[in-house]
Amino acid sequence: MSNLVSGRTGDWEVVIGLEVHAQVTSKAKLFSGASASFGAAPNENVSLVDAAMPGMLPVINRECVYQAIRTGLGLKAKINLKSVFDRKNYFYADLPQGYQISQFKDPVVGEGVLRIVLADGSTRDIGIERLHLEQDAGKSMHDQHPSKSYIDLNRTGIALMEIVSRPDMRSSAEAASYVRKLRSILRYLETCDGNMEEGSLRADVNVSVRRPGEPLGTRTETKNLNSLRFIQLAIDHEVVRQIEVLEDGGEIDQETRLFDISTGATRTMRSKEDAHDYRYFPDPDLLPMVVTQDEVDELASCLPELPDDIRDRLIGNYGLSAYDASVITEERETALYYEAASNNADRKLVANWMTVELFGALNKSGQSLTDCLVSPKMLSALVGLISDGTISGRIAKDVFCEMFETGKDAATVVEEKGLKQVSDSDEIEVLIDEVLAANQDKVLEYRSGKDKLFGFFVGQVMKASRGQANPGMVNETLRIKLDVSS
Amino acid sequence: MSDLLDLNAVEARKALIKKSISAVELTTAYLGAAEATAGLNNYVNLTAEHALSMAAESDKRINEGAPGLLEGLPIGVKDLFCTKGVTSTACSNILRGFVPPYESTVTSNLWNAGGVMLGKLNCDEFAMGSGNETSVYGPAINPWQGSDKVDLVPGGSSGGSASAVAARSALMATGTDTGGSIRQPAAFCGVVGLKPTYGRCSRWGIVAFASSLDQAGPFTRNVADNALMMSAMASYDLKDSTSTKIPLQDLMGALDRGVKGLKIGVPREYVMDGMDNEVVNLWEQGQAWLREAGAELVDVSLPHTKYALPAYYIIAPAEASSNLARYDGVRYGTRVDADTLDGMYEATRAAGFGDEVQRRIMIGTYVLSAGYYDAYYLKAQKVRRLIKDDFDTVYQTVDAILTPATPSAAFPVGRKIDDPVTNFLNDVFTVPANLAGLPGIVVPGGLTSNGLPLGLQVLGRPFDEAGLYRVAAVLEDAAGFTFKAARIAGGGS
Repeated sequence: MSNLVSGRTGDWEVVIGLEVHAQVTSKAKLFSGASASFGAAPNENVSLVDAAMPGMLPVINRECVYQAIRTGLGLKAKINLKSVFDRKNYFYADLPQGYQISQFKDPVVGEGVLRIVLADGSTRDIGIERLHLEQDAGKSMHDQHPSKSYIDLNRTGIALMEIVSRPDMRSSAEAASYVRKLRSILRYLETCDGNMEEGSLRADVNVSVRRPGEPLGTRTETKNLNSLRFIQLAIDHEVVRQIEVLEDGGEIDQETRLFDISTGATRTMRSKEDAHDYRYFPDPDLLPMVVTQDEVDELASCLPELPDDIRDRLIGNYGLSAYDASVITEERETALYYEAASNNADRKLVANWMTVELFGALNKSGQSLTDCLVSPKMLSALVGLISDGTISGRIAKDVFCEMFETGKDAATVVEEKGLKQVSDSDEIEVLIDEVLAANQDKVLEYRSGKDKLFGFFVGQVMKASRGQANPGMVNETLRIKLDVSS
Repeated sequence: MSDLLDLNAVEARKALIKKSISAVELTTAYLGAAEATAGLNNYVNLTAEHALSMAAESDKRINEGAPGLLEGLPIGVKDLFCTKGVTSTACSNILRGFVPPYESTVTSNLWNAGGVMLGKLNCDEFAMGSGNETSVYGPAINPWQGSDKVDLVPGGSSGGSASAVAARSALMATGTDTGGSIRQPAAFCGVVGLKPTYGRCSRWGIVAFASSLDQAGPFTRNVADNALMMSAMASYDLKDSTSTKIPLQDLMGALDRGVKGLKIGVPREYVMDGMDNEVVNLWEQGQAWLREAGAELVDVSLPHTKYALPAYYIIAPAEASSNLARYDGVRYGTRVDADTLDGMYEATRAAGFGDEVQRRIMIGTYVLSAGYYDAYYLKAQKVRRLIKDDFDTVYQTVDAILTPATPSAAFPVGRKIDDPVTNFLNDVFTVPANLAGLPGIVVPGGLTSNGLPLGLQVLGRPFDEAGLYRVAAVLEDAAGFTFKAARIAGGGS
């Protein structure tokens, strides 16, 4: 393994498993008709069922089940036609029922797999153990009143998918890769918006370390991480902490930990002894949830093309590099943009322009693709101008900058700035003759064997043309003029 | 006034539609009856004003020629049902003062059929009890008395409902039955009580005790009234995932179909040690009545019967322990403040729940705990399956089953309250139907030598309430039970 961490007393292998909570994209909550939208005033989206009024009963929202099945299909997982909702019993002020309806023994989705791309471009398959549906809890606010806590039940009962991985990851970078990829698939499927800042996607990380080849060590679980950076920081901190404890002759306690954003460290939340006994049992208010194979097949037939498939197609059919293909397919918006932009253009050239110029500009300006002024059609047209020799690649970069700033299309920018490439051989010949005449000494040096000066002449000609001369033609004509006359 | 109270529901309905009486008159008579028998403590909230305004609406609809199935008929409602704008407490301190902003599906159905709500009826706290003695409002009293004139329990948990119908302070009443809570009080009070098939009546808006067992049903003076009320109560409800789409049969039409050709099973396991002789005698009398009416009596076996009570007293508390977790003082009902959240929970629930409820929450919490789940809850669920299989097997050869309703007649108030295990035994004949989800009806069959009513129970196939009414009507006819309780409104006759 190349991922070993060296401690004072030797190498350690890191073992990571993730439980990701993904909020299901759905208009209504999992068991009530209340709105599942974000940002409403406190306790605005609360039904009688959410508030657990006496005699209220949950009714499954079928759309949430379909979303879970879509996600399962996207993870190439086994779909269980019969699954069961259980009650997970515990008391908390933001849990009105006194139990969370979840799936314990019989989840809707079974084993699957998720392929991640590592830094070196190689791929690795991470096992998915299960995906189940459950209710989210409400929100407790402890900072609104000196002695009381406030409760907002808007989030109560919103559908979550808990996606549990196998302990297949070996570094924090792999864990981040896993979450990034999972998020991307969820967004392709439109089953979760993946918005980590709003809490739509949160991860609990299970970390342990062991000597290479030895059985699994004792793990800790760090809960509720809501950014890729925090996931990596928490894992890295846990790894260092656990190795230190073990190398000092200590033992790791199986416990639940919290990540402190301000210190970047994890700390004990509750130990195994304090662990809740959740008293799971099947919810008698709900019948076992049954879906038919026909329903599953129907959902499968309507699934969008997923990133791995698109990536393979871009490499196989369009000849894109593995790197470009991975970058382009990471987000659905990017892949759609690429498809639209490259449809009638040089596929590889468009990929290159996207990954270098477009993403570079977006990064620099902090914009997202959705609010970018350069539409796929405009990028396609720009690449078209390069392909047909209207402008050079060098000029195209300037044109692109202008397009990115102003939203003008390529042809307009070229026209306004007079950037059209000079491909007229007579014009180019005149320019070359002028350059050669002005640099007689250099011409002599070149002809006496100083080959490297060729680049100097090209540069001078391009400069004289203000960059607009067709570089291919300049090269060709220069070589003829310099070499033939010798 | 007593003339009005003499009318059963079917008769009252006819008189109302003929306009020989008005709904306001009828309701006024029942409100008076409720006040006259207030000593029975069967009402916890008499909503007189509300009742009179509903009755006036009924008279209007009758005058418009558009009466509903229960138009103008005065109905008492067990306090377990949430009624919009009317305090609904499950007779528990923890829900003291709770006024729901919604109406249970069952009571909505009744009001939509023209029924008039008289008020809320006493019951055991959260329906946990067999004598209506765990109510925070104190015990409801059985209008029947033995020769010693000692106050008797009306049974439970729907004790107030049975007591009110027997005392004529309600023409009809709703109940709920989790382990016998309709049938046992019906037997103790000499009225007719039906526990429908699980799923027949929506549970939406009924305070939950044990979700997989709870089922609402009607209390009435006779079998025909019962079929009438049930016809209006039952419905498929999208808001209750366990309610059924199987259409309700024509219940009124079943009443005079007789039992000729029906096979009635008599389960040998229902002969219990310590059962009153009079109970055995009535059971045998019931068999003879059905045989005389043309039914074939068949000896059948339900071999897992003896495991029903232990399984029930694991499953019901398990579900209850979770169902009652929502009464935590955070959002509604009683709250006892404390310095910490856990402290507030403890103080609130200690003050809010009575002993019996606390006992069952503890039992339920225990049987669901890690390490005990398999030995108790899971095993009880397996027993439940076997009990259901017993019935399925028997129903391949018989159409219905005849059993005693209770091992004894009503017992004195306070006699058994300190002995929970003996109290639990009250449910021995009724619990199997809840575990198997089957319908069961109790009709009064006769009196003990001490003058107290005893009931017969008929159990039926799932969703065959009509079959139950066929048998029940024949038993009612044969029994000719016309006795009246000692403490009835309008005086005995």
